[in-house]
Amino acid sequence: MTAPRRQLGIKLPTFLPRGWQEFVIERIIWLAGISTILIVALIFFFLIREGLPTFLDIPLRELFGSRWYPTEGHYGLMPLIVGSLVVTVGAVLIAVPLGLLTAIYLGEIAPQWQREILKPLIEILAGIPSIVLGFLGWVTLAPIIQQLGSPTGLTAFTGSLLLAYMALPTVISISEDALYAVPKEYRDSALALGATQWQTTIRVVLPAARSGLVIAVMLGIGRAIGETMAVLLVTGNAANIPEFGVGMFFEPIRTMTATIAAEMGEVAQGTLHYNVLFGIGIVLFMMTFALNSLASRFVGSQTARRRKGQL
Amino acid sequence: MRPKISIQNLYFTYSDETEALKNITIDIPENEVLVLFGPSRSGKSTLLRLLNRLSDLTENAKFQGAILFNDQDIFAPGVDVANLRRRVSMVFALPSPLPGSIQDNLTYGLKMAGIRDRALLEERVEDSLRQAALWDEVKDRLHHSAFALSGGQQQRLCIARSLALEPEVILLDNPTSGLDPISTSIVEDSLVELKQRYTIIMVPHSVQQMARVADRGAFLLDGELIEVDTPAALFTQPRDQRTEDYITGRFG
Repeated sequence: MTAPRRQLGIKLPTFLPRGWQEFVIERIIWLAGISTILIVALIFFFLIREGLPTFLDIPLRELFGSRWYPTEGHYGLMPLIVGSLVVTVGAVLIAVPLGLLTAIYLGEIAPQWQREILKPLIEILAGIPSIVLGFLGWVTLAPIIQQLGSPTGLTAFTGSLLLAYMALPTVISISEDALYAVPKEYRDSALALGATQWQTTIRVVLPAARSGLVIAVMLGIGRAIGETMAVLLVTGNAANIPEFGVGMFFEPIRTMTATIAAEMGEVAQGTLHYNVLFGIGIVLFMMTFALNSLASRFVGSQTARRRKGQL
Repeated sequence: MRPKISIQNLYFTYSDETEALKNITIDIPENEVLVLFGPSRSGKSTLLRLLNRLSDLTENAKFQGAILFNDQDIFAPGVDVANLRRRVSMVFALPSPLPGSIQDNLTYGLKMAGIRDRALLEERVEDSLRQAALWDEVKDRLHHSAFALSGGQQQRLCIARSLALEPEVILLDNPTSGLDPISTSIVEDSLVELKQRYTIIMVPHSVQQMARVADRGAFLLDGELIEVDTPAALFTQPRDQRTEDYITGRFG
């Protein structure tokens, strides 16, 4: 026999009402979730509808040709694709090493007080509107590069530098998070095994943070390849294919995004030119999509392997 | 006989002014198992981490006194800290395998010490796994991830990892904290074996564990060393009232 239960002063309902409130809240949450999917689907549908004629009306050979003269009926996308790639590759070459090193400095080496000053500053860098950075590049960076020997100073490299600085906060803060997420035990263990600070960072912390670092780099690239205003201002707007080599970074080029932004306002709706601009959008979308899937695939396979217990 | 480690008038204060250690003096002879016990926050782990200078990672801490290892001051300028840590090795409370295979875990330290000879590496791997009583369980899957091992096996792997460096002193910070009784007794048994070859300084899981493995127990309370003696003496005739109170479970 258990002791008689003490009587509580309040009366609890015998069952919870699962009435219309529950239903409404569930629907609201469902709607919030589904709307993202819906919007992406709509964007995709719109892009395809407006851009598809590009790939149907223009022969592929012409489309991937090297002449972009829309007014004369030449719609070769190659100069724009190459332009985007050159600027992005340049930006990545600058931003990734610089960003990773900064993150390592912040996460592993810097004393607390420096970290407290540096981190907010880097986050401020992320908040500068791209048009402001573009303007800065046009006014201050281009003249410097002009003095170095380029006729106008408006080159792929100028754009790369700006893009690198736009991508840097992303690369730094995500890599730093990845480094931070590495358990303290790994560091202690490595140090206790007689590793130096540097060996610990290179051989234990970086490999452990690998998947996060890959995401950081990928998001950095994504930020760079999709950027419009800054590159529109400083890359010279010349739709030609630079000759392959180191010199190509110092030629004026034109990116896909800049083309869309510059020409969309002047084109008559429904013309082929209009469709082609959306076609460029599709190409750009494909590129970033491929990049993202690559990243998630890389990260995903790694977690899956770890779960299976074989590294 | 000269002590393996000699701690002399050691004070340690954290950046927030908490005095973690106050005037600790103790000599530890070779091949002894010294067990540091006491309630939590009494300075056991702090003392352990000072012995191979993992305390260097603590920012803005103040330190006074001396620690001699083989008669050499480990805090003297010019001491090779990495080398010190290879000779005074540490095993942590929670098993902390590094990402990588079992073999990788065992060879990390050696590779970082610059040893590349494959035959030698493999010999050390087997030798250290045998000493940690793990060889038979893992010999067929040295290239599998260390995370696939059970908690007890991971901890023995961490012990083996320290042994692979052929240290002179092993520091163990509550090595059986997360382990079940069976794994605990396997680890304790391997400690008795290890005593033949190494000097062991350990923070135990409980007073009972201290009694089982210690040659001498050192009772720490609020950063002070209250007394050092054999477990038998500590249990039957402690010299200090506080030791007796702690051992009989009156506090802590």
